[in-house]
Amino acid sequence: MNLEPVNNFNPDEGGIPEGFSRTSSATKSSEEYFLNMGPQHPSTHGVLRLVLRLDGESVLGVVPHLGYVHRGLEKVAENQTYLQNIHLTDRLDYLSSHINNLGYCMAMEQALDIGIPERGEYIRVMICELQRIQSHLLWWGVSGMDLGAITTFLYGFKERELITDIFEELCGARLTMNFFRPGGSFADVTDGFIPRIKQVIEIMHKALDEYNTLLTGNIIFQERTKNIGILSKETALSYGCSGAVLRASGVSYDVRKNDPYSIYDRFEFDVPIGSIGDCFDRYCLKIEEMAQSVRILEQAVQTFPEGPYRSQQKAVYKLPKGSYYSQVETARGLLGTYIVAEGGPKPYRVKFRSPSFSNLNILNELAVGHKLADIVTILATLDFVVPDLDR
Amino acid sequence: MKKQACCAYLSKVVMGFISLLRGMGVTIGYFFSPKKIVTQQYPENRESLQMMARFRGHVSMPHNEKGEHFCTACGICEKTCPNGTISVLATKDLSGRKVLGKYIYRFSQCTLCNLCIESCPFGAIVMGKDFEFAVYDREELIFTLNQTQENANG
Amino acid sequence: MTENNMNPLSTEMLYPVQNGIGNMVRTLFPESAFIINSLISICSLFLLVSLLPVFLIWLERKVAARFQARLGPMRVGYHGLLQSSADGLKLIFKEILKPEGADTFVFFLAPILPASATFLVMAILPFDHHLQVADPAGGVIYVIGISGLSILGILLAGWASNNKYSLLGAMRSGAQMISFEISLTLVMLLIVMLTGTASLREIVLSQQGTVADWWIFKLPGLGLIAFLMYMVSSTAELNRAPFDISEAESELTGGFATEYSGISFAMFFFAEFVNMFVSAGIAATFFLGGFLAPQIGVAFIDPLFAVIPGFVWFFLKTFFVIFLYMWFRWTFPRLRVDQLMYLEWKMLLPANLLLLMSGGFFMAMGGIL
Repeated sequence: MNLEPVNNFNPDEGGIPEGFSRTSSATKSSEEYFLNMGPQHPSTHGVLRLVLRLDGESVLGVVPHLGYVHRGLEKVAENQTYLQNIHLTDRLDYLSSHINNLGYCMAMEQALDIGIPERGEYIRVMICELQRIQSHLLWWGVSGMDLGAITTFLYGFKERELITDIFEELCGARLTMNFFRPGGSFADVTDGFIPRIKQVIEIMHKALDEYNTLLTGNIIFQERTKNIGILSKETALSYGCSGAVLRASGVSYDVRKNDPYSIYDRFEFDVPIGSIGDCFDRYCLKIEEMAQSVRILEQAVQTFPEGPYRSQQKAVYKLPKGSYYSQVETARGLLGTYIVAEGGPKPYRVKFRSPSFSNLNILNELAVGHKLADIVTILATLDFVVPDLDR
Repeated sequence: MKKQACCAYLSKVVMGFISLLRGMGVTIGYFFSPKKIVTQQYPENRESLQMMARFRGHVSMPHNEKGEHFCTACGICEKTCPNGTISVLATKDLSGRKVLGKYIYRFSQCTLCNLCIESCPFGAIVMGKDFEFAVYDREELIFTLNQTQENANG
Repeated sequence: MTENNMNPLSTEMLYPVQNGIGNMVRTLFPESAFIINSLISICSLFLLVSLLPVFLIWLERKVAARFQARLGPMRVGYHGLLQSSADGLKLIFKEILKPEGADTFVFFLAPILPASATFLVMAILPFDHHLQVADPAGGVIYVIGISGLSILGILLAGWASNNKYSLLGAMRSGAQMISFEISLTLVMLLIVMLTGTASLREIVLSQQGTVADWWIFKLPGLGLIAFLMYMVSSTAELNRAPFDISEAESELTGGFATEYSGISFAMFFFAEFVNMFVSAGIAATFFLGGFLAPQIGVAFIDPLFAVIPGFVWFFLKTFFVIFLYMWFRWTFPRLRVDQLMYLEWKMLLPANLLLLMSGGFFMAMGGIL
């Protein structure tokens, strides 16, 4: 047995922290040591804890420790009604709360066979794409900051604020939206919605150019990200990665394209894929995804129809006995929502397949052999949200 | 061959240098344009702050001039709330009808999910626009939303 | 200006740097003038050293804010001018925590070293024609020697903190500063070679004339390259972004300063900012004509510029260089530790040697001067 309980870990007595094997891959002459990164560390973006096995600055192994924000959302969901559960999905990946809501609502709609009016579908698509841009903007700022360029953080937030304002005007909240309901959304769009989106589209075109000049083109940034954390196609698939992490490795899989939900099949957009799957590929891919989302928004704004925004409304939803699954493409990858219903007002079991969790598992594969500073780069481009890891 | 490698190296250095200069061009653009500043001076601009019409600040119960509200103490909001935030304490008036006695709202437990407002059949509760709720004691976050004898005077 | 006949040396030789105050003291108290003048210079330097960081920290925050489309500190004093004083006051009253297992003596010694190093270098900066505490003939060597002291402080801090992050930061910083010192020294050597003197005051005076006589423009092309080299290596020497790998808050949380709090943290912080001023001041001295007024060859502007006292020009030029440092910091991402070493040993050092060689070549051919 290689593993020891973490409480017994005493480095002075030659102890090994939980998750590491006694045998080391380092050379005999090196003096390896363990470094605890997090749960309070600026670049683990929350309360993720990593235990690193280092030889000087070189990484020999990484073991992530999860569970610091485990709230048992899946268990809580069993004790709440279907409608109440929608607001729990806000708290999975709080940067794509609209998309999470959509995933859950779609599972319910599937069960109850609820149709969505045309306008409702358009609202959903537009909001989801706004949410994707908003999430990517935050990621762009934060990943720049992880690499030491603090200014990008504030530039990213500057544009993000416009989108957050749209959400606030629309549903009154800026982070935990709880906007979508089975059959549409709880309110129609406001008068300012379309003009504001047009403004965002205009600004995003300029902003993306600016981002490319400031960070993408920067020689230091390219040196820091190119050929770091290369993820092969096979590894990415075998670990069940999704989203930009998978696509950067050259696998063209986007739920919006491969398994179109809502009305995504009506819009023209490309699924960008990377070539070798290093940090720079993952980065460029996300920038390109923002451009593609802007493209979808441009089309949706043109053809935004009039009409009802929600099909039907019930006080209590009771899903017929059976199991229901829906999947959506959040800003981070594939979010699967699986509901097992027994006919009552509360689900028997709810399972969320969160993208961040699968994407984080490859960390050890990517980090070994690189420097300590590269772990931060890899973490930044994996783009996880810690509450989405733990749920 | 060697000359080519040397040229590639030098051009990489020059291009890298230019890329740095271009980045510096972006930041200096911001430095010399105060119009791009997005910061708001928050407590100072409190007077001119405009909250969005649908802003979800807290649950409140609107009253008319006579101090009347629409709540019938049906308790649907209490049932809809995912967190046990709301307690509707019904009482009977002189004619024996069920009326609202006390509408207790525990702001410290509220996730502002809007479900109670949606479920209310009478439109008796709405989302308020206030957001400055920092207090020193959690007890201070338990509100009675309807105007009763005691809190109407006080 | 009393000539003492008993003394074989003239005042001009005894005190190469003279000003009104010093001479007045010498006339009034010929006996104790030495001590009084020393005290005056120590006190004025001390005042400068304690006020500069307060202003520079405010400036850094303000400049950073403008680069980032923010306002920066606005509340304490006019546009937050007193913000850094308030922060300093807070730091003074904070409890100083020492981590368990730390080496107490070294832990508390470490913050003092960088602070005293910067203070020592300040003493030979030529602020004006007649405003310089000391002008040793080997001023450049003195600067290089003293700045090594701040590396020692950082190394000790990292070693004594009993924290792996601190140790990593200190080791990175030690390697970085020792490497980049070579480049810095070579650039300085170029100017020393061209001027033929290692006294800072003489170096400034060698740039008399128009703006084109400043070393940055005087050497065709080479001066600008040398200035850029100086900027790169001094930024690294200062541990500032994009070379701030020793602090690297996103990797090492706080680097060597992780375990420091209160006034001992403030000492590091203050030293960092005075260091920046000193480094910028040396850049102004070496390349931008120091306290000399810029003469651009236009008949009615030049006398106007010449009226403005030299120390104003010195500070203007220094703050221009400081602005450049801030501009770098708020634009670029951070380099990785191995890239930093690559930059120094494989790019800057050969380039510097080449620069030195071509400088010598030009001198031998009579292309310069």
